Amino acid sequence: MSTTAKVPVPIDESAEPAAVPLRTALKAPILLGVVTMLVALLIAFKARAGKTTFRLAADTDFFDLPAVTVPSTATVATVVVLLALGTAASALLVSRGRRTPLWLIAIFAVVAMVGFLAWAAAGRTVPVVGLLGGSIALAVPLVFGALGGVLGERAGVVNIAIDGQLLFGAFAAAIFGTVVGSPWGGLVAAMLAGALVALVLGFFAITYFVDQVIVGVVLNVLVIGLTSFLFGQVLAENPQELNAPDHFERIPIPVLGEIPVIGPVLFRQTILVYLMYAAVVIVAWALYRTKWGLRVRAVGEHPKAADTVGIKVNRTRYTTLLIAGLIAGAGGATYTLVSVPQFGEEMTDGAGYIALAAVIFGRWDPVRATLAALLFGFATNLSGVLSVLGSPVPSQFMLMLPYVVTIIAVAGLVGASRAPAADGVPYRKG
Amino acid sequence: MSTNETEPAPVEEPAKDPQEPGRFDGVLREIVMGNAMVAVLSVLLAVVVGSLMILLTDENVRDTAGYIGARPSDFFSAVSTAITDAYSALFRGAIYNTNVEGFEGRIKPLTETLKFSAPLILAGLGVGLAFRAGLFNIGGRGQMLLAGAAAGWVGVGMDLPLVVHLPLAVVAGALAGALWAGIAGFLKAQSGAHEVIVTIMLNYVGYYLVFYALSKQGLLQAPGSLNPKSEPMPESVILPRLLGDRFNLHLGFVIALVAVGVVWWLLNRSAMGFRFRAVGENPDAARASGIDVGRTYITVMLIAGGLVGLAGVNQILGTATSGVTVDMDAGIGFDAITVALLGRSRPLGILAAGLLFGALKAGGFSMAAAEGIPVEIVLVIQSLIVLFIAAPPLVRAIFRLPKEATA
Repeated sequence: MSTTAKVPVPIDESAEPAAVPLRTALKAPILLGVVTMLVALLIAFKARAGKTTFRLAADTDFFDLPAVTVPSTATVATVVVLLALGTAASALLVSRGRRTPLWLIAIFAVVAMVGFLAWAAAGRTVPVVGLLGGSIALAVPLVFGALGGVLGERAGVVNIAIDGQLLFGAFAAAIFGTVVGSPWGGLVAAMLAGALVALVLGFFAITYFVDQVIVGVVLNVLVIGLTSFLFGQVLAENPQELNAPDHFERIPIPVLGEIPVIGPVLFRQTILVYLMYAAVVIVAWALYRTKWGLRVRAVGEHPKAADTVGIKVNRTRYTTLLIAGLIAGAGGATYTLVSVPQFGEEMTDGAGYIALAAVIFGRWDPVRATLAALLFGFATNLSGVLSVLGSPVPSQFMLMLPYVVTIIAVAGLVGASRAPAADGVPYRKG
Repeated sequence: MSTNETEPAPVEEPAKDPQEPGRFDGVLREIVMGNAMVAVLSVLLAVVVGSLMILLTDENVRDTAGYIGARPSDFFSAVSTAITDAYSALFRGAIYNTNVEGFEGRIKPLTETLKFSAPLILAGLGVGLAFRAGLFNIGGRGQMLLAGAAAGWVGVGMDLPLVVHLPLAVVAGALAGALWAGIAGFLKAQSGAHEVIVTIMLNYVGYYLVFYALSKQGLLQAPGSLNPKSEPMPESVILPRLLGDRFNLHLGFVIALVAVGVVWWLLNRSAMGFRFRAVGENPDAARASGIDVGRTYITVMLIAGGLVGLAGVNQILGTATSGVTVDMDAGIGFDAITVALLGRSRPLGILAAGLLFGALKAGGFSMAAAEGIPVEIVLVIQSLIVLFIAAPPLVRAIFRLPKEATA
């Protein structure tokens, strides 16, 4: 069908030249300046007395790092000075016609975050390990989903159905995890469920040339309807037989897991988190360093050229999409095989759309998309931790933060991002 | 309207979709060529799949299937009972209820269908209009919430006579929706920020913003209350009932019909609509021919947000007048996407799709109440309809129809 619902993924509209135009480059120092001002305003208008403690230790480290206690206002003041320096450095670089490097922005963000925490948690203790470790756990489905999204789009198939893949994965994991009696059964079922959604997506988008955005959105609705219907009709009646899977336990990795801070954050997690690390590395490697990856990217950028040199365009798209589905489905398993082993209606709560945002935020690159997903996980967990600590900011504003940050980042730092050239365009041979 | 453009000639759509809605001969030709046939068959297919799902999960059917070899008649009567019960409940809930006395009571389901379809049409127009300009507005939820909150704020915060108060509340709601969507348009125009990300994020930001306003005394929270809910709307802002107090159908449906007409005119007869479509077809070509693409993005998002905002207004001032809550959007912002897709982003198509989905919604509730079938079956049927309609070759292959004559 031809439809006027145009695929909304951007074709590089502004067609910026390679040299960074001043207007774009200026965004970074301006944004950093605004953040510096905001942090300065915190102590100027609402300085908080007392000391803030950053607790770095977990119980089973080789040695315990002492907790760091700092006076709140003085710390924020120091942070403001550092941030001002960072802004100045960025402005200086831009005035010399260079771009603000990503590492500078990253350091800036970390420093700003420390300042904010020192202010928000005055008189209390910030559990640094819990904050970071929880972020990783929350980011797992997002990372899996984003990896699936990146793979699909690199091959030229827009995957809006990530949410459907996560939800169907969660559903299948709950049922098969219970029936098989092992979380591994659930994980395999989740991956297959994700691949099934991908297969339907491919069937309509690749074989029948249906607009990929339409199929994606509709598949999300379909999966919500299907899982909620079956939940109401079948699962709710026999929760013990169908909806009580065993769950994955935390597996501390010897030695690595005992390094202070890093150990408990990264290496005392469930197997799903370790699989996530592996998936990121493998996807990035496969996409950029293998013949298969080159083909996938060729098919996504210029299918006609790929076809001319003998690459089977649609077959490549199908296989890539199925692999992407397996990965995204594994992300769905996190919902039902980790902390609360039970399926609930619409339990992904739109996480697939956040993963999609991470894909675009990460500019269709597996590693950057992963970092974006981790950022979302961190922001979500931060709002949770701070609402427990009783921060002076109303909880709704804390919860809003990740989304506001994304908008600012997308508008200010990423700007016009360029999707793979043939993203969303069905390939008709001939 | 700007004068620096020639009057837009009636633009022919790309080859595969040759009919403009509203042209009688076009409609006729479409029926003959069988596109309408595909639509009907798609609905049929979706209903068949829905029936299978009802059967597979029906207890009687499962029980009788156990001894189908011994007494097949039990099985088949269980099947037919399950199906007839389900669809007659759907029909009774959506169109005409034969189970009650009096014409008024019997026709009430139809008015419920119209009531449910009004916000779907309005929000569907908002999503569809953005589609026509090449933008994907997933931000219906946030736009509806902001609009509802603004309309509700005008509603409970002021004391005015109905002739002033009601229009003021409606306009405030539409403006709030427009501004919320306008942010996405502005950022897209200014920095190329992807509107899909921005509208998704604005959904969450809007949700928490309204949540905050609803849990803060002096903003929107009902005085003395601890719940995140506003006071009920006063009489002077409630959209008047169209058919008297026995029916829930209110002026919102008329607003939806007017909006369909306005959007149709805008898209097909105005220079602005021509620019929207030009940008939607090919932004580079549009820019090359002197259209300010950035400004078009902003305008289209403002109008789209205003339309979705009217859907929020319709809820808060018409359907759920007991007060603003954070779940007042009732999923309509997302349903609107399927409505727009099914209506192929054309105003009259969206009207038809909105009516169909409104009927399914009204009927779905009655099916859930009468037969205990989860209301989500409606979501399944809706999404299958859209999928099948989007793939005419598939439908033709399933029913062994000849290939499209024009293809």
